[in-house]
Amino acid sequence: MNTARNILEVIGSSLTLLLRAIGCLPRLPRQLGRVFEYSFQIGYLTLPIVAVLSFFLGAVLALQTGYSLDFGGGQELIGRVVGLAMARELAPLITAFLLAGRVGSAITAELASMTVYQEIDAQRTMQVPPERIHVMPRLVAILFMMPVLTIVAILIGWFGGAVVSEHVSFIGLDPTAYWANLKSVTEFKDVLNGLIKAEVFGLVIVLIACNQGLITRGGPREIGHSVTNSVVSSMFMVLLIDYCLTRILM
Amino acid sequence: MPEKNIQSIGVEIEHLSKRFGEQVVLDDVSFSVKPGEIFVLMGPSGAGKSVLLRHLVNLEKPDAGRVLIGGKDADDDATHSAIRTALVFQAGALFNSMSVFDNLAFYPREHRLYDKATLRDKVEHVLKILHIEDAARKLPAQLSGGMRKRVAIARSLVMEPQLLLYDEPTSELDPITAANISEIIGTLKEEFAVTSIIVSHDRDLALGIADRVGLLMAGKLLTVATPDELRASTEPAITEFMRPKIDVHNPRFRRLA
Repeated sequence: MNTARNILEVIGSSLTLLLRAIGCLPRLPRQLGRVFEYSFQIGYLTLPIVAVLSFFLGAVLALQTGYSLDFGGGQELIGRVVGLAMARELAPLITAFLLAGRVGSAITAELASMTVYQEIDAQRTMQVPPERIHVMPRLVAILFMMPVLTIVAILIGWFGGAVVSEHVSFIGLDPTAYWANLKSVTEFKDVLNGLIKAEVFGLVIVLIACNQGLITRGGPREIGHSVTNSVVSSMFMVLLIDYCLTRILM
Repeated sequence: MPEKNIQSIGVEIEHLSKRFGEQVVLDDVSFSVKPGEIFVLMGPSGAGKSVLLRHLVNLEKPDAGRVLIGGKDADDDATHSAIRTALVFQAGALFNSMSVFDNLAFYPREHRLYDKATLRDKVEHVLKILHIEDAARKLPAQLSGGMRKRVAIARSLVMEPQLLLYDEPTSELDPITAANISEIIGTLKEEFAVTSIIVSHDRDLALGIADRVGLLMAGKLLTVATPDELRASTEPAITEFMRPKIDVHNPRFRRLA
């Protein structure tokens, strides 16, 4: 009963935070410096790890597909599988999970620490609410950076699939055939589908991370708990929303 | 350098009550503070002093009663936009990722109050008043306890507040540093038109700089008196708090058991 109430309270406080952050949007021009700073933290610093992981994700996907198809032929279908899976599902999902682990945890740790050590209270007494300088600029930054990260993940995932298809001996697929097959089934709407998911995932992750940080009470141990809660809740919500969005966008 | 048209304001606490769960923290507390006055609110730990202070800056909402600052409800965000109120937190609440200079410049920068040159002048002026010019480029983690308190006061002064609140400004400090902080607070009104409310259990600070002292015990206001009246009081609860006798042969914890 308590768990259910806690979940409802967190959802309620997250939605309240979102509304307050939206209410701060007229102040966006004054917060552009922070939007750029957070975009750098979210985007530029996450890009290398997104690139590496998507490469291997595309590569493994090609490897597994090639291995499965090896028994029945039809290796040229690898391009189709990697193309659609990366664009529609895996790129937004892996980007979201990385974001939850790397950026979400950092946001929660920073805001939780500021809350526990009364820095947020000090800012409130200065009529500078946290929604204005900590939440709204991060939400705007993620709106800009999530599509960039996802497109990079899609492209590098496709590339990883191509490399494996060409160089693994039991697949040995010609790159031209791989790309032709990929292009024949993967349309712009598939990429758009993935980008829509990515945008929603990004907003949810940043919102949960900020909310968990700002509702932290106690000391260093509670900061650790908040970070764990933030990452676990984000991943759970991403998977839940992923299912719902996939059904809607089909 | 502070703006000359800034006026200090008065504070009215009217039948303020607050509870957290079953625990009554403030019970029908009423008193007023005059414009420009230095009012010290004393009381033992857990008496509700800091909670009362948080009501003045809208960090807590009253369960009953109201708090007026400058005649306006402190519960209303618009009041704090119209009246500059600053709180010096017990632990300083300095922004740890910013230098001392940036801590002081935070409020004016966020509210776009001054151009760069004026802002620098204002910050440097306040740093000079508190003799912490050398700390301007340091991070809060590099400062001693006394320096952190002074920086916290300096950050509030840059706001040019009409109402300045202090939460235990001399706690955890050695006697000389505590006296220094008390003197700084006591002489600020020579430079700034500010009403000061100080929450403390430092008797030397209260009797040394206060115009009036309020004594809060277990959420109830016991008395409001001048330092001279407090010194002369024979009320047992007041004398026990102001001049407690240490008796190792008959200690309090055994008497209370």
